[in-house]
Amino acid sequence: MAEIKNYTMNFGPQHPAAHGVLRLVLEMDGEVVQRADPHIGLLHRGTEKLAETRTYLQSVPYMDRLDYVSMMANEHAYVMAIEKLAGVQVPERAQYIRVMFDEITRILNHLLWIGSHALDVGAMTVFLYAFREREDLFDMYEAVSGARMHAAYYRPGGVYRDLPDRMPQYQATNQRSASEIARLNENRKGTLLDFVEDFTNRFPACVDDYETLLTENRIWKQRTVGIGVVSPERAQALGFTGPMLRGSGIAWDLRKTRPYEVYDRMDFDIPVGTNGDCYDRYLVRVQEMRESNRIIRQCIEWLRAHPGPVITGDHKVAPPSRVEMKESMEELIHHFKLFTEGMHVPPGEVYAAVEHPKGEFGIYLVSDGANKPWRLKIRAPGFPHLAAMDEMVRGHMIADVVAIIGTMDIVFGEIDR
Amino acid sequence: MADKLESLQGDVAAALGDRVVRAVADRGELTVEVAAANLVEAARILRDEASLDFSILADLCALDYEGFGDTSRQGPRFAVVLHLLSIRHNRRLRLRAYCPDDGFPVVDSVIDVWPAANWYEREAFDLYGVVFEGHPDLRRILTDYGFMGHPFRKDFPISGHVEMRYDPVQKRVVYQPVTIEPREIVPRVIREDSYGTGKS
Repeated sequence: MAEIKNYTMNFGPQHPAAHGVLRLVLEMDGEVVQRADPHIGLLHRGTEKLAETRTYLQSVPYMDRLDYVSMMANEHAYVMAIEKLAGVQVPERAQYIRVMFDEITRILNHLLWIGSHALDVGAMTVFLYAFREREDLFDMYEAVSGARMHAAYYRPGGVYRDLPDRMPQYQATNQRSASEIARLNENRKGTLLDFVEDFTNRFPACVDDYETLLTENRIWKQRTVGIGVVSPERAQALGFTGPMLRGSGIAWDLRKTRPYEVYDRMDFDIPVGTNGDCYDRYLVRVQEMRESNRIIRQCIEWLRAHPGPVITGDHKVAPPSRVEMKESMEELIHHFKLFTEGMHVPPGEVYAAVEHPKGEFGIYLVSDGANKPWRLKIRAPGFPHLAAMDEMVRGHMIADVVAIIGTMDIVFGEIDR
Repeated sequence: MADKLESLQGDVAAALGDRVVRAVADRGELTVEVAAANLVEAARILRDEASLDFSILADLCALDYEGFGDTSRQGPRFAVVLHLLSIRHNRRLRLRAYCPDDGFPVVDSVIDVWPAANWYEREAFDLYGVVFEGHPDLRRILTDYGFMGHPFRKDFPISGHVEMRYDPVQKRVVYQPVTIEPREIVPRVIREDSYGTGKS
């Protein structure tokens, strides 16, 4: 009789379903996974060490590059940590703008997740629809910050600048006819808020489209129902947060339980799963997109009615306006000191966490009173999720590994840091 | 907020007793310091005690205090910091333990209390060289295969010690000492408390 042996298989790091640079060493018994050993760190850039050698403001763009599909949510945790440590008050309008962009970011993240997860499991169409909507969200990013992805829009004390009064328009080219251009510019006639509102009007129907393609799809259900089941107790022990925890039936969301900014004034619900499998986590995330849409609408309404400052007037933290800087000696000195030496943050340590699209994204910041952080620890939500990979895939078939990577919403920028 | 923090402080003090070396409530957060020898015991109490129920280990990291505050700082160099989260009581706690030996920092692993500690402890070992006694698989995690040293220690230069390049003569990738100079445009400065306020 032939001897049957387990064999070891290498998955990635160059694999389209590995969502970046995951190297997975799988010990297989036939098609059944006996053990999975993820090797991470292929995207390690030492962000935390780099931040120790930069001033506080210089590290904001590094935050975009952590989880590079939910950029502003990362910045949010970082600036919140600085504000908490330095005791800076953020103007109300800036808080609403932050909440609105956090939710835009959540939709942005979940759209990428639903597209790539469905693509991994074998449904290609959702990807195309999801990326169509992502374009509009990138345009919103671009309108406020000038960058489609790495925005660096949130600053300690507020946001970089107020929402623009007009959206950038498509220009005529020799590729597109004038009528085509006019159609593209249809919803860009007004302000950014008009554009966002137009998006929120359209978006629920888009989510319905994704659900039509997936929710009752027999293949989708065969690939996700009962796959990667995590019990609520185990989810806590493994340090799960965000949709991974809510999929297991625990209604824990920092936006509700520890409201930051103006989330306590928002009306929204927390979707919770029951079985803790990939399908429940899918339903949770899809519902979260609808809830985010609701929050954005409430923010638009408030922002329309309440103009005001968007960054703190404390010029030891935030730079003065260009006009003031040119006219006042004192403001010129503030500007110079802020951009050469940077701000000084009082000694102490804080942990600030936001409900990131993937879970709890926390920043542990230790200052010794210098113009640079002493230690910056990034608590990436994906890190404990991927650490539980071994436990979640054990006993599943190799094709389910791909479904479980998809359900974890892995992005290597934040895991490897 | 303040009374919530006081009640947490009371509950922690009641549960841990004289294991608490120091407890600091600052900016709405409670930091409890325990001796490294008591870390696992304290962790288990914090998780199992019904009045605390810290079921989630949100974060675990190491710190290097060499040169902290630009003064000749007394005390141990390395510390391990745990951030705990209680879902039932909606509370957070920071637990800190200093490693007694600067030359060979060791603490006991909390992996039996929270399985989530597995990768966090591997990371702290990789980046700071803190050894977790009782960890079943303390390998490097973030740095390259065959990496030497612990890069997040304060005495490790930001440019590293070696660089990698392709050698066309040997037709393979070689490691060599770094050729770049570390360059710091903005110096690190600590101002006195009254700086910039107009008062001396």
